[in-house]
Amino acid sequence: MDKAAIIGVGMTSIEGNKVRDTFADMAWEAVNKALDDAGMNINDIDNVITTSNDFWDGRTISCMAVGDASGAAHKNVSCVEGDGTFGAFYGLTRALSGSYGTTLVTAHTKGSQSVSSLITNAAFDPIYERSLGMDMISACAMQANAYMNRTGITSEQLALVSVKNHGNAKKNPLSQMPLDITVNDVLKSEMISDPLHKLDCSPVSDACCAIIIANEERAAKHKGKPVWIKGVSFCSDAFFFGDRDLSRAPALEQAAKKAYAMAGIKNPMKEIDTAEVYDAFTYQELMWLEGLGLCADGESGRLLEKGEFAIDGRLPVNASGGLLSGHPVIAAGLIRIAEIVKQLRGEAGKYQTKNPKTGVAHGVNGLCGQSHCVWVLGKDK
Amino acid sequence: MSDKDYIIIESGKAEQPFHYAVGMHGSKFFRELKDNRRFIGLKCPKCGKVFIPPRGVCGECFVEMNEWVEVGPNGVIGSFTILRYAFIDPETGQQKPIPYGYGFIKLDGADTLFQHYINIEDESKVKIGARVEAVFSKERKGSIRDIEYFRVVD
Repeated sequence: MDKAAIIGVGMTSIEGNKVRDTFADMAWEAVNKALDDAGMNINDIDNVITTSNDFWDGRTISCMAVGDASGAAHKNVSCVEGDGTFGAFYGLTRALSGSYGTTLVTAHTKGSQSVSSLITNAAFDPIYERSLGMDMISACAMQANAYMNRTGITSEQLALVSVKNHGNAKKNPLSQMPLDITVNDVLKSEMISDPLHKLDCSPVSDACCAIIIANEERAAKHKGKPVWIKGVSFCSDAFFFGDRDLSRAPALEQAAKKAYAMAGIKNPMKEIDTAEVYDAFTYQELMWLEGLGLCADGESGRLLEKGEFAIDGRLPVNASGGLLSGHPVIAAGLIRIAEIVKQLRGEAGKYQTKNPKTGVAHGVNGLCGQSHCVWVLGKDK
Repeated sequence: MSDKDYIIIESGKAEQPFHYAVGMHGSKFFRELKDNRRFIGLKCPKCGKVFIPPRGVCGECFVEMNEWVEVGPNGVIGSFTILRYAFIDPETGQQKPIPYGYGFIKLDGADTLFQHYINIEDESKVKIGARVEAVFSKERKGSIRDIEYFRVVD
């Protein structure tokens, strides 16, 4: 792959209900923060990708509603439906196409405006599945059961993910749910859908994130600290849930292998210094870490207990607080990328990890990890 | 008047009525369910996997499937959950009574898992690997609700 870099990031705070903001208001804030961060103005942006989902936004062609506030006037603008990591992937290919030197990528969600379980219920097949009422939480509860049954990962280990990530969120001023909690607090919180307690689940959230991707030539003119895109890949699993072995994440394993190969990484357990993974539920952080090859299959719980994934651990995971501390669905993956950019620049403030050189950002589209997108980012070219 | 009073204006509810085609495979599947209380799946001519719910194409092999085979009505629990939070039933708009069981069932003779309710009268018996049987609705209309639920058999 030709070289490309992320030269600007910007995001709103993550909140349970941004009642004062429309989608466009959030985009305006995030886009201007990204432009300021890059030391650019809108005329330096060659094309725009917005990322949204029509069901979540409750409108047809939801991407167009944020076009003006995203600086898309008179520019080539396109939209990706899904997680922000997938929007960024398309933005990257455009920057590499030779037609554009820079791409502005945005992703937004306001979970507060709808009934989340009805929106995620609508992701299921309308003939065979939807009327039975399954949604993201119940589907993920079944995945958690299947994963725990296969690996022996315990509820206490799941709870520890919640304790760690809500604790990390206390250091992140943009986070929605900083909490001082114990494993016991998690286990005693309301059982939502066995085996998931309330504190095993991420909250409903509103936020927008924007990043600016530049090809090598334009990145070279950039005065700040470009973060280089070393490898990126995405893969998908089957549509029908019943066709998948929900206790495993083969699509993630494939995407990670391809991204590492592109980045020239031979041993991800040793070469990745920090990671932001899609922890919509506690078990997912553990399951995805294994799928990403960042620890052996079934070992994540034990390593977590040893403190390896803490901010000062061997491999800090979700130092920002992760999605358990704020889960704006479509923006979620793009925020993972922006957080790794901050880490690699050494600008993560109180949750800065120790001198990372290479980081992984991970996004998910579809329920229970139907599609995974893996980004390997580096401080050095 | 505070700033907040100015800005809390909401649009109200929105609805989008929609009709989905069940398709020729689905129509055959639901007719068997309604008329004969039988589950039928489609078998891939290449890899031999039996898919339920039925659909026209095996995604792995990218070939069309035409061979119908009977599966179930018994099977085993592949995974399950017990819902303990109030969920709005998409069919009625009302909150569903809780708790209730939900699971992936591997019907005998099928290679994929089938989603449905699991009876949780005795929660201790609801486990991954437990054998279950289908309980059919008395009045069947040719929909997924023609199955009432699956229940654990000893």
